[in-house]
Amino acid sequence: MNKQTRVVVAMSGGVDSSVVAAMLVEQGYEVIGVMLRLWNESGQEAHNRCCTPDAMALARRVATKLEIPFYAIDAEQVFRKEVVEYFIDGYANGVTPNPCLVCNRRIRWGFLFDKAISLGAQYLATGHYARLDHNKHSNISLLCAVDRSKDQSYVLYMLNQAQLGHTILPLGGITKSQVRQIARDYALPVAERNESQDLCFLGNGSCREFLLRNAPSLHQLGSIIRSDGTQLGVHQGQAFFTIGQRKGLGISAPHPLYVLEKDIRTNVIIVGQKEELGKRELIAESVNWISGEPPKTPFHAQIKIRYKSCAVKGIVTPHNVTSFHIEFEKPLLDITPGQAAVLYTDDRCLGGGIIN
Amino acid sequence: MQNQRVYLDFAATTPVDERVVKAMYPYFSERFGNPSSIHSFGQQAEAAVEDARETVAEGLNSRANEIVFTACGSESDNLAIRGAAFAARELRGANHILISQVEHHAISHTAEQLKRYHGFNLEYIPVDEYGMVNPNDVTMRIKPDTAVVSVIYANNEVGTINSISEIGKICRQRKIPLHTDAVQVTAYLAMDVEALQVDLLSIGAHKFYGPKGVGVLYIRDRTPILAIQTGGGQETGLRAGTHNVPYIVGLAAAFKIAQEEREKRVSHLLPLRDYLIGETLETITDARLTGHPNKRLPNHASFVFKEVDGNNLLMLLDVEGFACSSGSACRTGDPQPSNVLTAMGISSEWALGSLRITLGTQTTSNELESFLRVLPKAVERSRIQTAR
Repeated sequence: MNKQTRVVVAMSGGVDSSVVAAMLVEQGYEVIGVMLRLWNESGQEAHNRCCTPDAMALARRVATKLEIPFYAIDAEQVFRKEVVEYFIDGYANGVTPNPCLVCNRRIRWGFLFDKAISLGAQYLATGHYARLDHNKHSNISLLCAVDRSKDQSYVLYMLNQAQLGHTILPLGGITKSQVRQIARDYALPVAERNESQDLCFLGNGSCREFLLRNAPSLHQLGSIIRSDGTQLGVHQGQAFFTIGQRKGLGISAPHPLYVLEKDIRTNVIIVGQKEELGKRELIAESVNWISGEPPKTPFHAQIKIRYKSCAVKGIVTPHNVTSFHIEFEKPLLDITPGQAAVLYTDDRCLGGGIIN
Repeated sequence: MQNQRVYLDFAATTPVDERVVKAMYPYFSERFGNPSSIHSFGQQAEAAVEDARETVAEGLNSRANEIVFTACGSESDNLAIRGAAFAARELRGANHILISQVEHHAISHTAEQLKRYHGFNLEYIPVDEYGMVNPNDVTMRIKPDTAVVSVIYANNEVGTINSISEIGKICRQRKIPLHTDAVQVTAYLAMDVEALQVDLLSIGAHKFYGPKGVGVLYIRDRTPILAIQTGGGQETGLRAGTHNVPYIVGLAAAFKIAQEEREKRVSHLLPLRDYLIGETLETITDARLTGHPNKRLPNHASFVFKEVDGNNLLMLLDVEGFACSSGSACRTGDPQPSNVLTAMGISSEWALGSLRITLGTQTTSNELESFLRVLPKAVERSRIQTAR
């Protein structure tokens, strides 16, 4: 056996993870490429964003080019159970879940992380744009990517010190255009591949169509009312509406109306004007603190309440290990239960939790 | 990657013997003619194909006009089952297909298609705990309207050798054609079609140190069969398509070597196989041999390990430099227990942890020793954590 450090790279057949593999080979690691075969909705296989036969063939070609072994590992059942059911249950419970977060927690840094360790690897490496800092603090910090437009620290807020200690994120220090250049330099067949945006398992269509196919009971007629109780119309299921939503209500009113609240018990959607929408505070639960410990006193932070939203200022008060409260400087229109509130001081991610 | 890699998957494919490459070489650019052409170029190529046919016929104890060249063992299986089924239906209204439960997919998927799209009755012959067909089970199931019977000579996943000659006798008495898939055995067992009493027999060259992409179907004279690939009149109309001359030459060369060196190969492989089986069962707990303990291919060792993730085991072994298989090649990582193991009555808590090690002419005891140093640890690391 050789003395190289063994790393498992989660490969998707995309440019980012391919470049990760190339960089780590270059740095002298013993690299093993792994692709998870995730869940495919029956009949929609060809439309999946990742782990299609095409993507798998691409990843395999990249691995061959880099002369590294590549394996496909089945994760269909665990993905279905941990991610898809979480997604559907979330909508049934009236929230707007973010399945990528639970996927990172349960699948990438759960199932795959364990596989990597069992393959004798020291590290799991992914193509996420974020940085890990081992030096400045006694434990490992999660930092925003240098390429702020690509920063993905938001979807990594749930990682703990043990996971971070066995994780490599090679792309955090470079820009997307540098990544593409590296792919071209290595003549990787993925250099010009397009970005993927939608959720990987939604198939060919909208989230609404997916939910209707897989959880038909979510189609349930209910009332749309104003906060004073005035009946305005009928909706086809609370799951298809999210807080702050304006379009698709099917109501004509003199002023634009927005979803203010949803009452799951009575299947009622409460709407109102924009002025009624804003909220200045939230409570987050299922909290993770990157350092492993909650700060002892309230503190100022920048907070992202969605993956792609801008950070806003607020005061965070940790309640206990698993929850915190935020009071924002200004009211926000799109605080969405089910999404994560992720906390930063400057470019350092402190942790986060799911908005209640 | 690893400094030293050890290939232990000779049932998947074999390297082409240097002597075979040498025999093929002139037929790429120098003697490139089309055997169907009238001119001297064509004649030269035709002579090569016919020489090859004669070589194969001799090795099978058959006649040259009973040899059809195909593109692979799977194509031979397809032609045998489809061709015999359609011909028997047309000639005598036969509508029943009888195959064993442990056929290669080239047989079973073909038969399933004949059932689904062409209305044939498909019946399976069960196997015992070793994956072996009891000839009495053929006697019990064969019918006057059976179009074709197919029983694999030796199974690819578990290596068990079937009593083809006994089954052949049963079929011959009833004048029902018997096909056997001999793809796995060509390098190791006698291939005498008279002794085996078979009417159809499939071969693929790359399993015996010949090239990929060429096979043979032996068709006993007067066995009714319908062409599946139609076009030009090659292979007496049974297999249209320009002859792949260099590969046909390569198949014959490899076949001849396999016949001549069979005893030498078997006496090299048998002690290695038995050493591997003995050590594995001794050093690993909750390990079982699959397939028959001695009526098995001389290069073939296959196991199941209780509550082991077989795909994980294969990856671990590969990372350590040892190329093995779970039985049937599965690159997508979809964990379904093998239908062969299931047919043998092996429960899924064992069947998902399958491992096949198949040896080759170049395999050394040193290689097996280093393999056996790695295997126990790899198995233990692949045990499924039921707590999760």
